[in-house]
Amino acid sequence: MTLAAEPEAIVEDGGTWTFPPEKPLVLDSGARIEGLQVAWRSYGALNADRSNAVLICHALTLDQYVASKHPTTGKPGWWTRLVGPGRPLDPTRHFILCANVVGGCMGSTGPASINPATGRPWGLAFPVITIADMVRAQAMLVEAMGIETLLAVVGGSMGGMQVLQWAASYPERLFSAVCVASAARHSAQNIAFHEVGRQAIMADPDWRGGDYAVHGARPEKGLAVARMAAHITYLSEQALQRKFGRELQRDGLSWGFDADFQVESYLRHQGASFVDRFDANSYLYITRAMDYFDLAAAHGGVLAEAFKAARDIRFCVLSFTSDWLYPTAESRHIVRALNAAGARASFVEIESDKGHDAFLLDEPVMDSALAGFFDSIDGARGLR
Amino acid sequence: MTQVREDFREMLRLVRPGARALDVGCGGGELLELLTREKDIDGRGVEISPQGVSACLARGLAVMQGDADRDLEQFPTGAFDYAILSQTLQATRNPRQVLSELMRIADRAVVSFPNFGHWRVRWSLLRRGRMPETRSLPEPWWSTPNIHLCTLADFNALVEDLDLRIEASAALAEGQPARPMDPSRGIENWRAEAALFLLGRRDGAVEPEAPPGDLFGT
Repeated sequence: MTLAAEPEAIVEDGGTWTFPPEKPLVLDSGARIEGLQVAWRSYGALNADRSNAVLICHALTLDQYVASKHPTTGKPGWWTRLVGPGRPLDPTRHFILCANVVGGCMGSTGPASINPATGRPWGLAFPVITIADMVRAQAMLVEAMGIETLLAVVGGSMGGMQVLQWAASYPERLFSAVCVASAARHSAQNIAFHEVGRQAIMADPDWRGGDYAVHGARPEKGLAVARMAAHITYLSEQALQRKFGRELQRDGLSWGFDADFQVESYLRHQGASFVDRFDANSYLYITRAMDYFDLAAAHGGVLAEAFKAARDIRFCVLSFTSDWLYPTAESRHIVRALNAAGARASFVEIESDKGHDAFLLDEPVMDSALAGFFDSIDGARGLR
Repeated sequence: MTQVREDFREMLRLVRPGARALDVGCGGGELLELLTREKDIDGRGVEISPQGVSACLARGLAVMQGDADRDLEQFPTGAFDYAILSQTLQATRNPRQVLSELMRIADRAVVSFPNFGHWRVRWSLLRRGRMPETRSLPEPWWSTPNIHLCTLADFNALVEDLDLRIEASAALAEGQPARPMDPSRGIENWRAEAALFLLGRRDGAVEPEAPPGDLFGT
């Protein structure tokens, strides 16, 4: 007799891990965060030997809601292309974990959290954090969950930086690493765009030197402008042109400074909706962490040295042809260093005109590359 | 046993077990998979098409998207025991440079290419007075990817010029087992449809001769 298999219910879980004061997060700056909180979300269940855990690292303004409805916007998860039943990362097979970065504003300790010393929000008293600090906090969470080795650590953009940092900091705890549309260091142009965003926030009178929360204010205008500028860098010229061209909002020009063009209206909408879900100080801190990121710097300026102990990790590096924020040359720089270190590195440059955001969008070549990669990883670890 | 290309079979015979090998132009990774399975090599690949790279990823192979002309520079000197270039040399923009790059990143190169000196090619050119279209070079001149065709004699001269040593060579013909040959004999330039070489450096140690016969035991 055969029984039709019941479709397994996907176990989705989430919460906030609070570390005891005797387990502080020790930061690169030398400062410590006591009572660290890490907000996380998971899909699927850990198997008996805890060998199926995949950590996803999120990008600058994303969060732990990888594959579930966002609590503020109500929008679906940001990487459902990758995570879900029948997807390359499948909760029926994998335990998929994502944590809000330290410095973030979706439940992990950040500048909007209460400073235990003052009983008020940290604001600019919050210590400057780095990508390595974010990874350190994730490693504490993973360890607290009893996971010794991650099947994979995966991330795009700033998430990719965390992936590289994981490989440098905790090589013995990774089986594979996937770095999408990212870089091993921030370029002058990257830093320049971030500085524009930060200056926009700090120029908003409602920012109040970072203490806006205490004054019941929000630097919404500054944060919206920061988002508008950044959003342009996530798209390619072709994508903008294709989407909007010179199309107008209404018939005829307003002969004023309303949003005449559709592209203006789109950017204003991007800015306005962003302020509902993101904290301005978090934006300052996280962009700073990205600007400070230079993985080679901590290894005598030689990137290959950072991967010296990562020889046994299977790497997959992906870039997109029209991504001018983290161009292919940056990925090739990573791959060259991985090769020099003798690591098992694969690299694909995906033809796309969607710019940096392509890693979140419909890109069948990315899907098939990652499906193949994870399938082989599953095979190597006996998960299929 | 599934069908294995005769040139793959010969490469499989030439490559030392457990070696580090780079397959340049590895396609979907058939040869790399074979070498990994049969010879336990530590393999890497370079492939120009994203579809090829995706197929390799699914096979669990470590493959870089790239181009033989441009992207070999990313590999450190002496990173491999073997660099393999199968039926690709004639399609590169700068074959001489590619061959020296192969010999920089690896101790030995395994190279195969169609022989433009084969009698069928010569006959076709002589008889028709047009660029030859033969079974090993089937495309018309205006669409062929083979932009730098050479004869066996040309290749011998290049090997000499780059101060390389031929450690083994075989004549290849479709559907037939590889036939060991002496490439310096003029007759081989007439009768080898394609050729496969194991190249080493003049100053390098000689590779112990691969055992004769076929490792599939057929």
